Formats: sequence, structure tokens, C-alpha cells
Amino acid sequence: MVEGNTPPPLFQRGPAPLVILSFYVMLSAALFVLDMRFHALEFMRQCVSVVVDPIQQAAQVPLRLAQEGHAYFRALETADDEVQSLKRTLLNIAPDYNRLQQLKTENDELRALLELKQRETISGQLAYVRRFARDPFVRRVYLDKGRQDGVYAGQPVIDNQGVIGQITRSFPFSSELTLLTDKNLAVPVQIQRTGQRSIVFGLGNGQMELRYMPANADIVAGDLLYTSGLDDIYPVGLQVGRVVEVMRDSANAFAYIVAEPLAGAETQGLVMILDTPKYERPFPADVEEMLPADDRKKALPRAAPGETEPD
Amino acid sequence: MRTLSSDSQRILRPAHPGFIALSLFMALILNMIPPKQWLFMPDWVLLALCFWSVRETLTMRMGHAFILGILMDVADGAVLGQHALAYVLASYVASGISSRILWLPLLQQMWLMLPLFLVATALQIFIRLMAGETFPGWAQFNAPLVTALLWPPANILLLLPQFQPDERDENRPIN
Repeated sequence: MVEGNTPPPLFQRGPAPLVILSFYVMLSAALFVLDMRFHALEFMRQCVSVVVDPIQQAAQVPLRLAQEGHAYFRALETADDEVQSLKRTLLNIAPDYNRLQQLKTENDELRALLELKQRETISGQLAYVRRFARDPFVRRVYLDKGRQDGVYAGQPVIDNQGVIGQITRSFPFSSELTLLTDKNLAVPVQIQRTGQRSIVFGLGNGQMELRYMPANADIVAGDLLYTSGLDDIYPVGLQVGRVVEVMRDSANAFAYIVAEPLAGAETQGLVMILDTPKYERPFPADVEEMLPADDRKKALPRAAPGETEPD
Repeated sequence: MRTLSSDSQRILRPAHPGFIALSLFMALILNMIPPKQWLFMPDWVLLALCFWSVRETLTMRMGHAFILGILMDVADGAVLGQHALAYVLASYVASGISSRILWLPLLQQMWLMLPLFLVATALQIFIRLMAGETFPGWAQFNAPLVTALLWPPANILLLLPQFQPDERDENRPIN
């Protein structure tokens, strides 16, 4: 090119705006599809979160101070009442609790006699709910424990009333908890009264739906739902919810059953992240072969093969 | 307000790139404060982004909008690319209409920015609906309305540094 033939640098502005726009639109669309459909961008999310997390924590400080200040002054007024009521509650559950210890020993002995595997003990760590996800499409909260504290995706989370959800992403310093009521969360449950097993799905509006129950299933409003433990994620026997509405329509093969979570799934406070049970039932051999090598590696620590399941 | 709009004969100082960056950062922090329940909270980042896209077409690039969008995606726990797409498009349109709307008084500018904010929000909801989510309710459209209402105050606030006189007189009490 002959020198002096290029336009003067004053007017050089790079590619036309429409070209840049198309580039970024396509890039965003590609990211969107990769993240939504293939969940392939977790690493990128982790990296960005290392930058965003501290900013977000700093941004939340004034709000949290205000909330905590309010809670502190309210606590000053009600502390005495609260102590009294807690003492009363403790006394109320004392007989049950004392017998529970004895029943546990007895149950262990019986299980040993029957040569069943012992029930796993539940352990976990406490975490605070830090904030709600602002995305209006999901029901998620963020906890203040992350990968640094050994939290990993898949762990169930409970509060004092029962299950509230499951960890779906863990970042270095925080983790994302998807609540029971989120549209994408399903929990295998057992109906306490009949022992029937089913699965509850979040409805996205604060309620849950019990799907795939035949129209003539023995279930009434008020039935309690417990985790069945069939997924090897939730320990057996944690409270999940209560059936509030059963609609039977002869046009449908399935009944429409709505349940509400028992635990304060939508409130902030102290929660417990449970360790997933250590017994993981190995996949059948043919399924194991079909799994990608990554998934096999990712699977949680397994018990020795040949162990029976607990129930 | 008249003196601050384009009717003013005054020549403004150039915008300081550091101030642009600072204002965008502050907007990012403001966006991260509110809990989900506050549906009236405006999208501060979108506001600042459109403002600088209109005022400083050469400094504010679509790449900046894209990066801010990705940051907001991670902060909100949304799908990656959702805010980025909306912000890039808003920035493109804003810089495109810049030479037209800067002639108008601020209140008229506000009415012209409103559709842009509405479309940016609607686009985010639309792509999530396409991906199979359920509609979260019309209340989501409160935010762009409030964002548009904040256009005149944001204009005044963000232009303040540029109104400082070029020659400082040490003897004058107020500069």
C-alpha cells in the first residue's frame, strides 16, 4: 500500500457499529445457549464470581447493617419471652428426645440382627442465607459458605422445620441454594400416612406439586411428606411438606396434588448444609458404561460394592 | 433544567474517562443492593450505560456494555448472556439516536428513552420465555418505568463535573 493512501487516523473508528453489534449479539446468544442448554460455562461463572462476589458483599453491607440493627433492638425487647418459650419447647420435646436415644440404640440393634445396613448419621455445617437471587425466574438464595468450606453442588439443605432445598452451584466463597419451590427442583418423597412414594416438583409460586400419582391414589389434604431417601441425596425421613389440595379429574390419569413446604423455604436465616450420605448405590453396570468418564469421576465417594440399601 | 439541556449555549468540559468508569461502577453496586422483592428498583447500570452511550458515543463502546452485562448476569444468578444481550442492544440504539435526542429538552428525552428501557427488559424476559421458563408477572416492567423517570436527574447529576469552569479563580469563593 502506498504511504499516505490510508485515511487520516482522526476518522478511523474501527469496524462499523452494526458489525460490532452483530458480533456481540451472536456472542451473547452463544453464551446463552451454552449456559442454558449445556451448562458448559460453569468455569467462566466461577471466574467472574471471584470478581463480583466481593463487590456484591460490599454492596450488601448497608442493607445488612440496617436489618441486623433492627433485629438487635427487637431482640432486646423480646429476648426474655424468647428464652422462656425456648425453654418451654425444650421441656416439651424432652420426653421424646430422651426416648429417641433409647429407640435409636434399639433400632441399631434390631437392624444388626436383621443384617440391614445401619442408618447413616446425619452431619453438616451451618450457613447463613445471605441474599436472594435477583433473577425473577428462579427461586434461589445464596449462602455464605462456599467451596472453601467444602460445600459442593448436590448437598441438601435443611432448617429446623425440614428440607428447604439443594445446593446447585458452589462458588469459592458462596454457594447457590435452589429452593424446594423452584420449578427445576424435584425431591423424592414418601407419604407419611400410607408409605407411598412419589416425587414433588416446585411450581415456582411458593408451592409444590406431587406428580404422577394415579387419580385414585390414597392421599388427602393434610398428609405429611417425608424424604424417601431413594435418590441417595436426601437422608431418609426429613420433613418436606404438607399436602394442601387434591384435585381428582376423571379426564386425567393423574391427580393434581398441591403441597406446601413446611420449612421456611422463602425466609432468610440460619440453615444447615447436610453432607450427602456416604453410601451411594453404584449404578448398574450397563448404565455405568453409558456415563461419560467425567460423570463417573465426579460421583461422590462410594461405599464398597455389594452393600445393601438402608430400607 | 433549561440551562442543563441542549438549549444552553454553554460549552461543557469533556467528560473524564475516570468519572465515566466510576459512575458505571457505582451503578453496578447500586444494582447489587436490592433484594428481589423490591420490584420498583431501577436498573442503574442500564441507566448509566445509556446515558454515556448518548453523551459520549466515542468513549462508550458496546464491548463495555457486554462486560457489564456479563457481570450483572453472574451477580443476579441469571443465564449468562441475558443482560449482556440487552445492554449491548441498548448501548447500540442509544448511541445511534444520540445526535437526535440531545437537541431535545430532558423531559422529551425521557419519553424517548422509555421505549428503549422497556424493550431491554422485555427482551430479557422474552429470551427466558423462549427457553421454557414461566412468565414472572407484569410487575417486572415497573423497573424500566422507574429507570426512565430517573433519566432527567441522572443527566443533571452525571453532567455536574463537566459544568465546572475551566479557569479556576482562587479568589472566588464558589467555583
